[in-house]
Amino acid sequence: MIFIMKDDQKGNSRLSPFVKKLLATGFWLLLWQLAAMGLKQEILLASPAAVFHCLLELLPTGDFWHTVLFSFSRIILGFLLACLAGTLLATLSARFSPVRELISPLMSAVRSVPVASFIILVLLWVPSKSLSVVISFLMVTPVLYANVLTGAQGMDQELSEMAAVFRIPLSRRLRYLYLPQLMPFFRSACAAGLGLCWKAGVAAEVIGLPEGSIGERLYEAKIYLETPRLFAWTVVIILLSLLFEKLFLFLLDKGLSRLEKA
Amino acid sequence: MEIELKNIEKAFGEKVVFRKLSYRFPEGETTCIMGPSGCGKTTLLRLLLGLELPDSGEILGMAGRKKSAVFQEDRLCENVSAVSNLRMVSPHLSHKDGEALFARLGLEDSLHQPVREFSGGMKRRVAILRALSAEYDVLLADEPFRGLDEATKRLTMEYFKKQTAGKTVLLVTHEEQEAEFFGEEILMLDVKC
Repeated sequence: MIFIMKDDQKGNSRLSPFVKKLLATGFWLLLWQLAAMGLKQEILLASPAAVFHCLLELLPTGDFWHTVLFSFSRIILGFLLACLAGTLLATLSARFSPVRELISPLMSAVRSVPVASFIILVLLWVPSKSLSVVISFLMVTPVLYANVLTGAQGMDQELSEMAAVFRIPLSRRLRYLYLPQLMPFFRSACAAGLGLCWKAGVAAEVIGLPEGSIGERLYEAKIYLETPRLFAWTVVIILLSLLFEKLFLFLLDKGLSRLEKA
Repeated sequence: MEIELKNIEKAFGEKVVFRKLSYRFPEGETTCIMGPSGCGKTTLLRLLLGLELPDSGEILGMAGRKKSAVFQEDRLCENVSAVSNLRMVSPHLSHKDGEALFARLGLEDSLHQPVREFSGGMKRRVAILRALSAEYDVLLADEPFRGLDEATKRLTMEYFKKQTAGKTVLLVTHEEQEAEFFGEEILMLDVKC
C-alpha cells in the first residue's frame, strides 16, 4: 500500500506545479465548453469561447479601462485604508485594554452584519460612487483587526524584557521586534482581505450602481441578458483580484525578506 | 560604585528564595554565582536587572548603569538575521566589524541568516555576542555557555574572558570548572526552604 502511494507521488512529481495547475484549469474549461455546447443556450450558459471573444471586444475600448480603473481604485483604496485602520486599532487594543474593550464588540458587530445590509445602509450616507470604498473598508477592517490583534497579544514577553534591559528605543523595537513578529499575521489577514474586498466591493456596485463601475456593467449585462458579457466581466474581476493579490503579497514578502536579512 | 545587596528578601508565594541576603560585588571583576538548582540564581539576576522587585531590602549601585545580559533563554529575534540581532543593541556596528565578531566564534558564514534557522549552540553564541557588543557598565550572564560542545565552549569562554577583562560581570554557573576559569570571586547561594 505504501509502495503504491509512493509510486503515485513519484509519477505526480514529474509535472511542475505550474503544469498541474494549467492541466486542472484546462480540464474545467473543457468541461465548461462541453456543458455550454450540450445546453445550446447562451443566455443560460455562455461558452468559454464566447466569453473570450467578448473579452477581446472589450479590451481595446477606452470605456473598459475607465471602468476597470474606477472600480479598482475604489476597492483597493478601501482595502488599504482597512489595512491602516485595522492595524492601528489592533495595536492600540493590544497595548491598552480599555481600547480593546471598546473596539472588540464593534469589530464583532461589523463582522456579523450581512454585507447587503451594510450596502443599503451606507447608500443612505454616502454617494454611490464612494460606496465600494466604504464597503471594502468595512469588510476588511475586522479581518485585519482580529489577525493583527492575535499577533500583538502573542508578542513574546521575554523579548520585551530583553529590549528593556538593553534600553532599545521604540524605533528599533518596531524594526527588529514588533514588525517581524506581526508581519506573518498581517500577511495572512491581507491574503484573506484581498479576496473579500473584491467580492464585497463589486456586490456594493451592483446594488448601488455607481456610474462607470464594473458593478454597473454586470447589472447592464444581466438586464440585457448578455450572458457572455456577464461572464467576461466576472473573468475580469477574478483576474484583477488575483493579479493584485499576487503583486501585493509578493511586495509584502519581499519587504519581509529584506527585513530579515538586513 | 560597587553593586551591593542589602538584606534582600524575596518569595514567590510560599517559596522563600532569599532571606536577608547581603553581598557586595567587587567592581571591575567577574563574580561567579553558584548554587544548587532552585536556590535563586536566576531570580538574583532578574532582581539586579530590574525585572523583579525585592519584597524588602535594597539593591545599591545599579541605578543609572548600562546593563547587558545573556539570559537563561537566548531571547533572540528569530525572524531577523544574526547580525540584525546585534545591530538591535549596537546600531553603529559596521558590516566589517560584524563579520570580525562572528568570525571569532566560528559564525562567519551565518551573518545574514535568520536566527530561526540556527542550531541551539549557534543561537547561544549570537546571544553572547549580542551581550558583548552592547555598551554596558555591568554584564549579567545566566549560564551563558550551556549547550555548547567542549571545543566551542572553550573558545567562547576565552573570548568572553578577554572581552570582559576589567569589567563588572556577574556570571551564573553550575560548573566549578567555569568558576575556576573566570572567578576571582564566587557567591555561593543555598536553598532557603
